Amino acid sequence: MAGADGDDSLYPIAVLIDELRNEDVQLRLNSIKKLSTIALALGVERTRTELLPFLTDTIYDEDEVLLALAEQLGNFTMLVGGSEYVHCLLPPLESLATVEETVVRDKAVESLRKISQEHSPVDLEVHFEPLVKRLASGDWFTSRTSACGLFSVCYPRVSSTVKAEIRQHFRTLCSDDTPMVRRAAASKLGEFAKVLELDYVKSDIISLFTALASDEQDSVRLLAVEACVSIATLLPQEDLETLVMPTLRQAAEDKSWRVRYMVADKFSELQKAVGPEITKNDLVPAFQNLLKDCEAEVRAAAANKVKEFCENLPEDSREQIIMTHILPCVKELVSDTNQHVKSALASVIMGLSTILGKDNTIEHLLPLFLAQLKDECPEVRLNIISNLDCVNEVIGIRQLSQSLLPAIVELAEDAKWRVRLAIIEYMPLLAGQLGVEFFDEKLNTLCMAWLIDHVYAIREAATCNLMKLVEKFGAEWAQNTIVPKVLGMANDPNYLHRMTTLFCINALSEACGQDITTKQMLPVVLKMSTDQVANVRFNVAKSLQKIGPVIDSSALQTEVKPVLEKLATDTDMDVKYFAQEAISVLVLA
Amino acid sequence: MSAISASEKVDGFTRKSMRKAQKQRKSQGSSQYRTQSAPVELSPLPQLKDAPSTEQQELFTQKLQQCCMLFDFMDSVTDLKSKEIKRATLNELVDYVSTNRGVLVETTYPEITTMICTNIFRTLPPSDNPDFDPEEDEPTLEASWPHVQLVYEFLLRFLENPDFQPSIAKRHIDQKFVLQLLELFDSEDPRERDFLKTILHRIYGKFLGLRAFIRKQINNIFLRFIYETEHFNGVAELLEILGSIINGFALPLKAEHKQFLMKVLIPLHTAKALALFHAQLAYCVVQFLEKDPTLTEPVIRGLLKFWPKTCSQKEVMFLGEIEEILDVIEPTQFKKIQEPLFKQISKCVANPHFQVAERALYFWNNEYILSLIEENIDKVLPIMFGSLYRISKEHWNPTIVALVYNVLKTLMEMNCTLFDELTSSYKADRQREKKKEQERDELWKKLDELRLSSSALVQNNSHGLPGVQNNNNNNNSNNNDTQDKSAEAAAVTSENKDPDDSVAANESSPCAK
Repeated sequence: MAGADGDDSLYPIAVLIDELRNEDVQLRLNSIKKLSTIALALGVERTRTELLPFLTDTIYDEDEVLLALAEQLGNFTMLVGGSEYVHCLLPPLESLATVEETVVRDKAVESLRKISQEHSPVDLEVHFEPLVKRLASGDWFTSRTSACGLFSVCYPRVSSTVKAEIRQHFRTLCSDDTPMVRRAAASKLGEFAKVLELDYVKSDIISLFTALASDEQDSVRLLAVEACVSIATLLPQEDLETLVMPTLRQAAEDKSWRVRYMVADKFSELQKAVGPEITKNDLVPAFQNLLKDCEAEVRAAAANKVKEFCENLPEDSREQIIMTHILPCVKELVSDTNQHVKSALASVIMGLSTILGKDNTIEHLLPLFLAQLKDECPEVRLNIISNLDCVNEVIGIRQLSQSLLPAIVELAEDAKWRVRLAIIEYMPLLAGQLGVEFFDEKLNTLCMAWLIDHVYAIREAATCNLMKLVEKFGAEWAQNTIVPKVLGMANDPNYLHRMTTLFCINALSEACGQDITTKQMLPVVLKMSTDQVANVRFNVAKSLQKIGPVIDSSALQTEVKPVLEKLATDTDMDVKYFAQEAISVLVLA
Repeated sequence: MSAISASEKVDGFTRKSMRKAQKQRKSQGSSQYRTQSAPVELSPLPQLKDAPSTEQQELFTQKLQQCCMLFDFMDSVTDLKSKEIKRATLNELVDYVSTNRGVLVETTYPEITTMICTNIFRTLPPSDNPDFDPEEDEPTLEASWPHVQLVYEFLLRFLENPDFQPSIAKRHIDQKFVLQLLELFDSEDPRERDFLKTILHRIYGKFLGLRAFIRKQINNIFLRFIYETEHFNGVAELLEILGSIINGFALPLKAEHKQFLMKVLIPLHTAKALALFHAQLAYCVVQFLEKDPTLTEPVIRGLLKFWPKTCSQKEVMFLGEIEEILDVIEPTQFKKIQEPLFKQISKCVANPHFQVAERALYFWNNEYILSLIEENIDKVLPIMFGSLYRISKEHWNPTIVALVYNVLKTLMEMNCTLFDELTSSYKADRQREKKKEQERDELWKKLDELRLSSSALVQNNSHGLPGVQNNNNNNNSNNNDTQDKSAEAAAVTSENKDPDDSVAANESSPCAK
């Protein structure tokens, strides 16, 4: 703050404020983002008396500027003189908390929550709490929505009379006639419950929860499901049955699929919050229903939770519950009509094998895996393949390999390049689990075929895949199986394939080591320097630069240098450029 | 997967038309949560017209009750007979209430509303296509339409029946009814939304007690659309109804209505899907201004605040709306907003997107606007001059340059002396601007130094602003599927005649040479 006193004349507030008023939004935005610099220049005193009032008065600007302002003010405590003066920041933030644009308002609330912690308990009651009350009773819905997020930060630190007022305000907002406000209140219900004394949770929160959970709008009801998790965690086990379960049961059978979806989506959390007994009696049938829901969205959300739900079942009855209640539903989902449901299931189903053990997996799950490996939707097959490691641990991958191979081959030739890309990414993992022999026999051809795919992204991924395979199987394997094929492509009539050779060399040289690189790869690269296509030639220059460090230095001088020098005089300016770059990087000049 | 054709296998990029064609086959959805037990088979009742008049009333009720049975239309083979019976009965009911007098006795109202509510009020199914683009994609049609359509038809005839008594009906067609009706406007099926539009209009006309409630709920739907979900299929239909509601507002306008204009209609302009309802929206705005011209200034300032930053398509729409407003503007109002407005217009004429520039320059073809400009030429010309002068020399598009010349000529004719002054001071002005720019840089440099020297107060988070661009969001972002992955292949020389070059869209594009 040293600069603040002496430099007043240098940075009169008028100039700075002029910047904040500039016609160009971008410039205004820049100055707002540097608001802390301005405050620093002004010093704490003038920041409080001049800058903040100005900011409070001129809150009519583009939302982008307001957002920046709301964020800045959250970090302003030191700049106004520390926690003693932090309440000066409340007026501008209060106005920002009433703005229409949600992003701005949320940021203002975030900043308010932040600086609430910097208030002393007295200031909190004198300055902060009245602001919350004003917002809570504002005319327009925006201020009331903002208020919802502020109750929980001041409640723990105020006197019991003020606490009673805060509870009253929260109650009012929960039955606001604007659905936006009820949604905001419902979304903060859990958070607010956490800071309340247990008695009030039982007396106040439960009734609000019940009311919101039966709101006329499903967008409100579904938020109550979220709150359910926090509330159930707070209550003692013996009260759950009477206070929470009726509402939860009702939500699981709500007529709106959005609410049921939310229940499915939060199922693991709910399960943990209500404990094992209620899970056994209530949640298992509820979960079965969700898995059989008439809406695919709900089934997919539930299918996603199958593994987690089973994992968290009480150990004594876990296997029995899965086998008699869950598995029959899962079996049906394997042949669901909706591909999202099937692919959600495929992404978790393999996890069941660790829970059920070897025998059950072979007897009950394996047929399902195999069915999904043959599914018509590539995403389902991919999800199974990407989780192979779970099964590998339990029963070994050999059980699957018969069906695995056709599935992989089909995915490898899928018409959608994103699918091909995805399967390529699992290749190194698969190769590791299936072993080098199986790989050479069945998968090697595929990996090479990808190199001449007509989509660049696939060729690129294939190149990278080769590198990872070489890292796994070693240089010798590379020399025998991969390198000859890669180098053979250097004579391909298609220049794109010739370039792929270069890209492969770039990727493989390091993993293959000096010997292979110098003796086998380098001659091919050098030969390509006379290619007709300029793209190939400048990629030769780039490749030489890349593999230079792996080549022994005599070859670098005697073979690489003359070629690069020649390329540096090429008629094509890109070739020249990259050749010169290579020369200077390899220090051959 | 088996349906993939050979051509698709070759290029790997499913063409949109093909995807569409594949989807069209099953673009039907329905969400009747089937808590009820399986439908009981219906048996046909005697025709109403054959029944003796003493029994007609009883039969009418029975038929209404029969029509409360719901069927699963996603399954096209079950209950065919019962479905047909219900369809015929509904047809008969429609006919009965539209041609007969004296059939709407008080006791039938509850039966009628129960039948309607059971059939049409349902949670809409999740969209088949999570990123449904109403402009591009085919909507998912309501599968149970063969029945639902007739129920809507029936509801409409019921409301339009000369014997219909709102005072009795209001016990059933209440706030809850209206609320559920409004939720249905989110239906993806345009046929359904069209019916809803007419029905809501009738209800608004007949139930005076519900009017304020309806307006408020529409408000809430719009606000949720703008600030929360950005998704609601029926915005255009609701705006269309509002257009005629606004038309009937009494003067002076109530504060509630003005608030609706400023806090709902103007922010609606920020929506990404503006194109779908812009015509209706602009109509509503202009209706307001014709009612109360003093609203012109806040409205135009509001539009300027939400002016699209990156979406040229939306910018063209905004310009269209501004022209509609200028068509009805009063000269006194024009004076109040001419400065900020023409600053924006001068940016638009300089827009590198020629459609934006062209749309803005078309203002000069509008006689009324021309007369307003001429009246205020001393204010307008200095604002416009810089952009026009620069564009006349720099714009890439010859049509724009030609248009700009015409505009310059028109402006010159309006005030020749001012035009000459501006021409001669153009250079000096540019230089002054440059100098100011430099001074600003210097100032900030000094401030930054100061900040460095007192680094004890590192408090700033000037990065990572997520931005509120969702306001002015656009659809400009490239489709990733077609993005050029091979930027390195900067050249394609004459030698390449590889057959796969032409099909691989991502490789044939970068023809640098």
